Amino acid sequence: MFPSLLLVLLIGVAAWAGTVAGGAVLFGVVLPYAAFAVFFAGMVWRMFYWAKSPVPFCIPTTGGQERSLPFIKQNAVDCPSSTGGVVVRMMLEVLLFRSLFRNTQAEVCSSRAGGVRSTYYSSKWLWVFALVFHYCFLLIFIRHFRFFVEPVPACVTFAESLDGIMQIGAPRLFLTGGCILVALCFLLGRRLFNERLRYISLFNDYFPLWLLIGIVGTGICLRYFDKCEIALVKIFVMGLTQFSPAPAAGINTLFFVHITLVSTLLLYFPFSKLTHMVGVFFSPTRNMPNNSRMARHINPWNPPKQYFTYAEYEDTYRDAMAEAGLPLDKQPDKAAE
Amino acid sequence: MYNAKAVIFGILIFVGLCASPFWASFIGRDYKSTDIVLPKNEKNCIEDADFMRSQHMRLLNEWRDEALRNENRVYTALDGKKWVISLQNTCLKCHNSYEDFCQKCHVANSVYPYCWTCHIIPKGGK
Ligand code: HEC
Ligand code: HEC
Ligand code: HEC
Repeated sequence: MFPSLLLVLLIGVAAWAGTVAGGAVLFGVVLPYAAFAVFFAGMVWRMFYWAKSPVPFCIPTTGGQERSLPFIKQNAVDCPSSTGGVVVRMMLEVLLFRSLFRNTQAEVCSSRAGGVRSTYYSSKWLWVFALVFHYCFLLIFIRHFRFFVEPVPACVTFAESLDGIMQIGAPRLFLTGGCILVALCFLLGRRLFNERLRYISLFNDYFPLWLLIGIVGTGICLRYFDKCEIALVKIFVMGLTQFSPAPAAGINTLFFVHITLVSTLLLYFPFSKLTHMVGVFFSPTRNMPNNSRMARHINPWNPPKQYFTYAEYEDTYRDAMAEAGLPLDKQPDKAAE
Repeated sequence: MYNAKAVIFGILIFVGLCASPFWASFIGRDYKSTDIVLPKNEKNCIEDADFMRSQHMRLLNEWRDEALRNENRVYTALDGKKWVISLQNTCLKCHNSYEDFCQKCHVANSVYPYCWTCHIIPKGGK
């Protein structure tokens, strides 16, 4: 946990010091472009790599009655047997995290009769906060389009008005900013305070969390506390997105820390567990229909089969078989014709 | 490659979505300056221009609290000058065209203050 926190802080400090020392172009222009290029190339490479990997078996994970006799009701979503069912299940998974909803937690507790027993219960907190985190992230991503597009599209303005609906303070408090921070703290706290999770948590579990907390934290700071000049930032960012970088003079240093952390996220993305963004679509356990009783799944790496059909067998051994008096489909005199 | 059609389709969607900041900004107009019209017969704002640019919403929030919660309608700027706390009569006296100043910058940055559902924008510009 501490090495990853330290690394994020180090990146932030480096960006701060570098910008103060006059490296705004490096952190504000060169790094974002490089990060975007790596992100794109990396993710596309990942997808090709996954698409090239053969799936030897039909291994969908299922959670319901499979298609069977007509009087047995199939659970078409949890155990899809057709492409349509797979698409529905995938959409529900991606949009609502349905499999996480079924998360059960096992715990050992003392029973009333004395001694210990294990209990299993449905644990929904992870699902709730994962959902909060991802949807806040989506809304925040959409909201940032006010920096990319001129004029700002109505849907972005609408998202902002929803987000600031409580009209707290000026600039208006955006609810997603707070919610995503709470969700991230939960996701981090889960790893810290649950012994079993803590035991299996590695650097690459903590690093993205700290990185995201860093990004959200600097973003909130830029909006409410150590403010930056939004109008200048828009001009600067539009320069980036239109490939004609504008001068960075006058922009708050913290902005470059924010940009550097985002670039780090993009650089790190294709090589981390965050690739689950596209990986979920490539998971054989999710993207295959459970139709192994209807269609034969052929392992793509099987060598070509050497068949020896009965007809060929008889052709080869006909005379010997006739001599031995075995029953034959074709008698030797017929076969010779 | 297996399922080539679906995979290529998916990759195209991914690339389209992730490149959206770039193509979206090319679809729109250029944005190189705010084009706001500064007051002609005044030199200085309440605080210095850098501060005003980034902090005016916070200043207004403070003003509102001062005026309405503490009944203090005088604001002393850093340079010692005293200003009457009033959104309509102070800010918009110098910045006498709301459309060419506040609004120009706000609309470009997708800021829509809800203040004007109650406060009145002085009809001026002369
Ligand atoms: C240089 C551009 C610029 C000018 C000029 C400007 N503003 Fe703003 N204003 C902004 C930006 C940018 C924000 C949003 C701040 C943020 O998102 O952090 C904002 C936010 C606000 C808010 C808070 C809105 C909310 O609900 O979040 C108020 C109130 C406000 N401005 C009032 C004014 C008034 C009154 C004027 C004219 C006297 C004015 N502004 C001129 C850029 C400008
Ligand atoms: C619900 C209606 C309403 C809204 C919305 C509103 N105000 Fe006010 N505001 C008032 C009233 C009423 C007063 C009291 C006027 C007085 O006592 O002089 C006031 C007074 C003020 C004052 C101090 C006195 C003055 O004359 O300016 C400031 C500053 C102010 N508001 C700023 C804002 C800002 C900034 C916004 C937008 C973020 C805003 N208000 C939104 C109703 C509103
Ligand atoms: C005495 C007249 C005066 C008053 C009152 C005044 N301003 Fe200004 N304001 C100016 C002048 C002059 C400038 C240009 C300063 C400069 O460029 O150095 C300016 C600049 C600004 C800017 C920065 C624009 C930019 O991007 O360069 C903002 C934002 C702003 N004022 C908002 C406000 C708000 C909000 C209020 C009310 C709280 C207000 N002003 C009150 C005269 C005034």
